[in-house]
Amino acid sequence: MGFEKLLFYIFAAVTLFAASMVITRRNPVLSALYLVMAFVSSAALWLLLEAEFLGIVLILVYVGAVMVLFLFVVMMLNIDVATLRARFIHYLPLGLIVAGIMVFDMFLVLGPADFGLDQFAKPQSQPADYNNTAALGQILYTTYLYQFEIAAVILLVAIVAAIRLTLRHRPETKYQDPSNQVRVRKGSDRVRLITMPAEPVPPSLTATLGATHTEMTE
Amino acid sequence: MPVEANSMIAILPEIVILTVACAVLVIDLYLPDERKDINHIVTIIGLATALGAISLIGSDKVTYAFDNSFIRDPLSDLLKGVILIVTLFTFVYSRDYMQQRQLWIGEYHVLILFAVLGMLIMVSANNFLTLYLGLELLALCLYALVAFDRDSKAGAEAAMKYFVLGALGSGMLLYGISMLYGASGGFFGFAQIADIAAAQGTDNQLLVFGLVFVLIGVAFKFGAVPFHMWLPDVYQGAPMPIVLFLSSAPKVAAFAMAVRILIEGLGGLQTDWGEILIILSVLSFVLGNVVAIAQTNIKRMLAYSTISHVGFIFLGLLAGTAAGYTAAMFYTVVYALMAAGAFGILVLLSTQGIEAEQLDDLKGLSERNGWLAAMMALIMFSMAGVPPAVGFMAKLLVLEAAVSVGLVWLAVLAVIFSIVGAFYYLRVIKLMYFDKPQLEQPLVIDGTATIAISINGLAILFLGLFPASLLQVCGVAFG
Repeated sequence: MGFEKLLFYIFAAVTLFAASMVITRRNPVLSALYLVMAFVSSAALWLLLEAEFLGIVLILVYVGAVMVLFLFVVMMLNIDVATLRARFIHYLPLGLIVAGIMVFDMFLVLGPADFGLDQFAKPQSQPADYNNTAALGQILYTTYLYQFEIAAVILLVAIVAAIRLTLRHRPETKYQDPSNQVRVRKGSDRVRLITMPAEPVPPSLTATLGATHTEMTE
Repeated sequence: MPVEANSMIAILPEIVILTVACAVLVIDLYLPDERKDINHIVTIIGLATALGAISLIGSDKVTYAFDNSFIRDPLSDLLKGVILIVTLFTFVYSRDYMQQRQLWIGEYHVLILFAVLGMLIMVSANNFLTLYLGLELLALCLYALVAFDRDSKAGAEAAMKYFVLGALGSGMLLYGISMLYGASGGFFGFAQIADIAAAQGTDNQLLVFGLVFVLIGVAFKFGAVPFHMWLPDVYQGAPMPIVLFLSSAPKVAAFAMAVRILIEGLGGLQTDWGEILIILSVLSFVLGNVVAIAQTNIKRMLAYSTISHVGFIFLGLLAGTAAGYTAAMFYTVVYALMAAGAFGILVLLSTQGIEAEQLDDLKGLSERNGWLAAMMALIMFSMAGVPPAVGFMAKLLVLEAAVSVGLVWLAVLAVIFSIVGAFYYLRVIKLMYFDKPQLEQPLVIDGTATIAISINGLAILFLGLFPASLLQVCGVAFG
């Protein structure tokens, strides 16, 4: 128990440190990397709570996917941080006062009076072979089937909406289509040889050609 | 718990809508541009089938499904029916408009159908999780629909505002839900929270805290003052058929959300939320009616008019009696019909090469198309609350509910401001009948749309003359 408590305080301190670094760094790339650190240490906190599935998902999804995407965006967009932060110190006292009031308010409502150990008993710890990923899957596909399906529909809508709002067909853009390229068959598709007799130039065409020619020389 | 066949029958309308939406999504890929009408036909048939499914499984008995996360009762049957009917009107009115602007593509149908699905889920939600998911499904579709005309700067701006403020509203709601989850000791079903609320009442500080946040979320979705800022800008920037959809059906879903949360979930705290609703209601009908007078853009004017109607809907809810709830529901249904009709006419007006956005565009409508002007006049009279149009009946019922619980001052105030509001509705009628038209050529609209607008307009008159049938159905919902 004592060791777990120590671990909790270490990871909690790391999380707080990383979180404060996220908002104080000038370089957005550094901020993003500190955010990764905050996620990793909060994943460790989940593990201490025996919620290993959430811990792993936090690392896989947030650190592995979301943050990498985020880093790409930060590096590709040239964000002018200086102007964003120009008034940071100026507004800091006001921000601190507002934040202080909010923390105080939240403590009144969310504090030990409503959420203390006497209100909610400490949950029993599960045996070592308990698999909460399996338990989660179990209820996700039975009790929460309806909600699970709705969530799937929401993701589908996100795809449809994103494509509608951003996809534009631009016929003037030249690009290679690999799937068409590999479908080319030997012989007729690659080169087409035509035999045709040389045609005499019709007199009307010679007249026009001649006219253009004279115009150009003039 | 294994899924039972009963559960599947209970969600039949939802299944129909989801299937149709997916079908249109796929069919659209194979349709050449000139045959996009097939999407329209499939969608209309799908909506009609869903209506049929509702009447098929409808009964006075309440059914639960999926571990009590789904509820089907008379309330949900009626509201789902209204949502589907209003959506049918939306599609019929918007056909020419969208075709002329090259927006008549599959995604338009798909996104609206998914929005309808989200609303059906909200109406039938029996716990906070389902309700929230339905709400998010609806909201996501609406954000995309507002920006549907992606070359329009106003549309993109409106969608951005809607997205940011909508996300804020959802965040508030979610925060409130998590408070209620904590306060009830880990439940999010409406029935369990109702038990806790009845037993502990205001002694449970956390419950009241959660209530306030949830209420802010509801007010955001309704667009009640002071959470109304998004409404006029979104109405102004979005394409007209989207505004038609946005202003009608989602209000019905928002009403269902309010009923499920406030009455079924937190009925034990009625005195608390009743007082908050009084403030929201007064602010809404005062600000809505007064600011609407100053508008020259008819979309903005109708947006403020929406805000004032929301004030009246709250007036019925805050009474806290079955009669009050019935009156509020009657008002919501009637409002959805009126909004669909009013914006429907604007959509039809906009098919003649102009965007009918300014009040001046309505000038002399009676000379250009007498029947359309008559329908618009009827709807405006109804919104102003002039008998025999149904708007009068709806206002009368909510006022009666407020008076019956001793809130006479509130009813008097509401009457005063609805008289103030009558000014801008009557101004529309004056413009249509007594002013010279700016465009001389007569306004010709296609047959289906004429039939639809006639049904819509005459329904308002019919319900005004014979309100008993709809009132009885609304009454059954609140037993």
